Amino acid sequence: MTKYVHQPLFMTGDEFSIATFSLLDPEGELYEGAKEPDLPRDHARRLYQAMLGTRILDERMMAAQRQGRLSFYMQSTGEEAAVVGTAAALDDADMIMAQYREQGALMYRGFTIDEFMNQLFGNELDYGKGRQMPIHYGSRKLHYMTISSPLATQIPQATGYAYGQKLAGDGHCTLTFFGEGAASEGDFHAALNMASVHQVPVIFFCRNNGYAISTPSNEQFAADGIAPRAFGYHMHVIRVDGNDALAVYEATRQARKIAVEQNQPVLIEAMSYRLAAHSSSDDPSGYRAKSEEEAWRLKDPILRMQKWLTKKGWWSDEEEASEQETLRREVLDTMKRAEKRSPPSLDSLITDVYADITPELQRQYDQLKRHIRRYPDAYPRGARSLDLEVNTSTESQGEA
Amino acid sequence: MPTMNMLQAINNALDIAMAEDEKVICFGEDVGVFGGVFRATSHLQEKYGKARCFNTPLVEQGIIGFANGLAAQGSVPVAEIQFADYIFPAFDQIVNESAKFRYRSGDLFNVGGLTIRTPYGGGIAGGLYHSQSPEAYFTHTPGLKVVVPRNPYQAKGLLLAAIRDPDPVLFLEPKRLYRASVGEVPQEDYQLPIGEAEVVKEGTDITLVGWGAQMEVIGKAVELAEEQGIACEVIDLRSLLPWDADTVVESVLKTGRLVVSHEAPLTGGFAGEIAATIQERCFLYLESPITRVTGLDTPFPLVLEKEYLPDHLKIFEAIRESVNF
Repeated sequence: MTKYVHQPLFMTGDEFSIATFSLLDPEGELYEGAKEPDLPRDHARRLYQAMLGTRILDERMMAAQRQGRLSFYMQSTGEEAAVVGTAAALDDADMIMAQYREQGALMYRGFTIDEFMNQLFGNELDYGKGRQMPIHYGSRKLHYMTISSPLATQIPQATGYAYGQKLAGDGHCTLTFFGEGAASEGDFHAALNMASVHQVPVIFFCRNNGYAISTPSNEQFAADGIAPRAFGYHMHVIRVDGNDALAVYEATRQARKIAVEQNQPVLIEAMSYRLAAHSSSDDPSGYRAKSEEEAWRLKDPILRMQKWLTKKGWWSDEEEASEQETLRREVLDTMKRAEKRSPPSLDSLITDVYADITPELQRQYDQLKRHIRRYPDAYPRGARSLDLEVNTSTESQGEA
Repeated sequence: MPTMNMLQAINNALDIAMAEDEKVICFGEDVGVFGGVFRATSHLQEKYGKARCFNTPLVEQGIIGFANGLAAQGSVPVAEIQFADYIFPAFDQIVNESAKFRYRSGDLFNVGGLTIRTPYGGGIAGGLYHSQSPEAYFTHTPGLKVVVPRNPYQAKGLLLAAIRDPDPVLFLEPKRLYRASVGEVPQEDYQLPIGEAEVVKEGTDITLVGWGAQMEVIGKAVELAEEQGIACEVIDLRSLLPWDADTVVESVLKTGRLVVSHEAPLTGGFAGEIAATIQERCFLYLESPITRVTGLDTPFPLVLEKEYLPDHLKIFEAIRESVNF
C-alpha cells in the first residue's frame, strides 16, 4: 500500500545493514547461540574431503602451470567452503551453472581426478574435445553445465533452466555461481529480475571474494555488497560467512527449500576472499598488500572445517596426512597419464558446430585434409590423426 | 486452402507447434495477452496458459539468456525480440552462447530447441531504429542458423522447421509483409527445408538472388526485364546460414550473370559472401561482373526511405547493365 509523507524524504541504503550468518569461529568452535546443522558424519566427511581435494588439485596444477606443463589455471584457494558447502546442500541432481572457480562443487559430485586432467590437458578423453581453455569443465551426468568464458552469461541461463525445471515439476532447482564482479554485468540484473517476476526456483550464489581480477570491490560497487540488490527485486536474500562451510551449507539448504517448495528465487552472498591470484596470468602482488592476504589466511575455511570435524571425532591428524598424501599422488599420476594421451581427432574441428555437419563445413574440412597431407610435418597433431584415417579408410588411402 | 497473411501464418505455425509439444514455450516483450506488438502470438496465452506464453520484462539479453537456459534444460523456447533493431543487447547471448553451446561442451549440452523470432527490414516508415536488416552480423556465426521467409506459405513451413530443428535458429520476419503479403496457406502441419534455396522462377539470361521482403521487389524488377525480353532466373535463398551455394552455382553456370539484392548496407553485407563464392566457383562462366543492389552504407533513413531502398528500378537497371556489359 502506498504511504504518503508530506516532507521530502530521501532514502539511501545506509539504513539497511545486512548481517552475516556464521556458525563456526576460526577455531572450529560453534558461536554462542549457533545451532549445528543436521549434517551426518559421512556427509560432513564427503564435504571436507572435496574441500581438501580442491585445495590439493589447485596447488599441484598451479605448480604444473608454472613448470610450463599446463597453459592456464585458476585456483579456488580461500573459497572452498563457499563452493563445496553449497554443493553439499543441494540435491545431486540439481543443476549447477558455475562461473569458472567452482571446481570444488564438481569434485564434491564425484568428477574424478582423471576427468579433471583430461579437460585441463584437452586430450582425446576431454568431454569438451579440447576446444576450451583449461578449467572449462562440464558434466551432463553430474548436472554441471559446461563452463563458458564470457562473464555472467550463465546467470540468466540459470533462470531459464530453472523455469524449465518448474514446468517439468521434477522438484529440482538450479544454482548459479558468480563473483561480485560479474554482478556488474547486465546479465545479472536480467536474471534476477526475470526470476522474481516469473517465480523461478533458482539460487543466485555470489562469491564475494573481494577482487574482480585486480579491481577491489570498492571500485566494483558503491553499496553494502551485492546482497541489498535483492530488495529491489523483492527476493529472498541471505549473507553468509563464505569461509564457514557449515554456515554456507545451512544457508544453501534453506535457500533450496524456498526455491523448490515456493518456486521463489533466492540470492546468497558469501563473504570470502580470493587468497590466490585471479588466474595463472595474474599477479596480486601488483595490486594488494601481503598483510591483507595474511589476515585472511587466519580464516582459512579448510582449517576451520578440519578443526570442527576433528573435535567431533569424525576426522584425525593421521587421516589428514594420509588423505593429503593419497590425493597428491593421485593428482601427479593422473597428470602424467593425461599429458601422454593423444589430442582430440581432427574431426573434432568440425563436429558439434551443428547437429549435422553442413556441406560447406565438409567442403572446408576436405580441403584442409588435402592441405595437411601435403605438408604433414607442419601439422603434427593433425597429421597424426589423419594417418589413422589413412590406415582405416579406403577413401583416404586413395587420396593419400 | 485458406488464405492468410504472414502474421496469421506465423501465428498458425506457433499454434500447431504448441499444440503438438507441450515443451514449446513462447515469450518476449508484450507477447502474452496482447499477442505481441504485431499480434503474431495472439490467443496463444488464452489457449496454452500463462506458463507457456508470457510477457517478459524489457530485457533482450535476459530474454535470450533465459531462452538459452530453457533450451539447455530440454524445453523448446520460441523467443520474440520485438524488433531486430533491438537484438543487439542480446548479441553476446546469441553469438557466444546459443551458437557455441553444443561445440564448447563436446555435445554434452545444446540449445537446439531454441528459435529466436524477430521482425526486420524497412518500408514501414520506421526510421533508423525500426528498419534494420542485421542478418550479416549473424551469418558470421558458426553454430547458428539464419532463416528468412518471403511470404505466408514460406513463413509457416520454415517456422515449423525452425522450431523442430536440432540447432538454434534466428528467424527474421519481413515486417513490411506482415499484413501486406497474403496467400494460400494449408491449415495443416507442413515443413519447408532449412538450408535449401528455392528456384522461384526459371530463366536463361541472368540469375537474381535475394531473400525475405526483397523477393517481392526482385519480382517487380523481373517483370520489367521480361518485358524487354530478358529471361530471368529468380532464387530465394530462404536460409542464409547455412546457405545453398550449389543451387546458385548451378544457376549461374547456366545464365553467366548474377545480381544479388538486400536491404542491408553494402559493405560487409551478405551479398558480398555470395559474390565471392560464385566468382570462385563460376569464374570462367561469368559474362559480366556480379552486381550487388543494396542499401547505402548509412543508417536507415526515415523521410528518404524510398530513395535509400534497393527498389525494383535499381534492380532493373542492374539487370540491364549486366546483360549489356
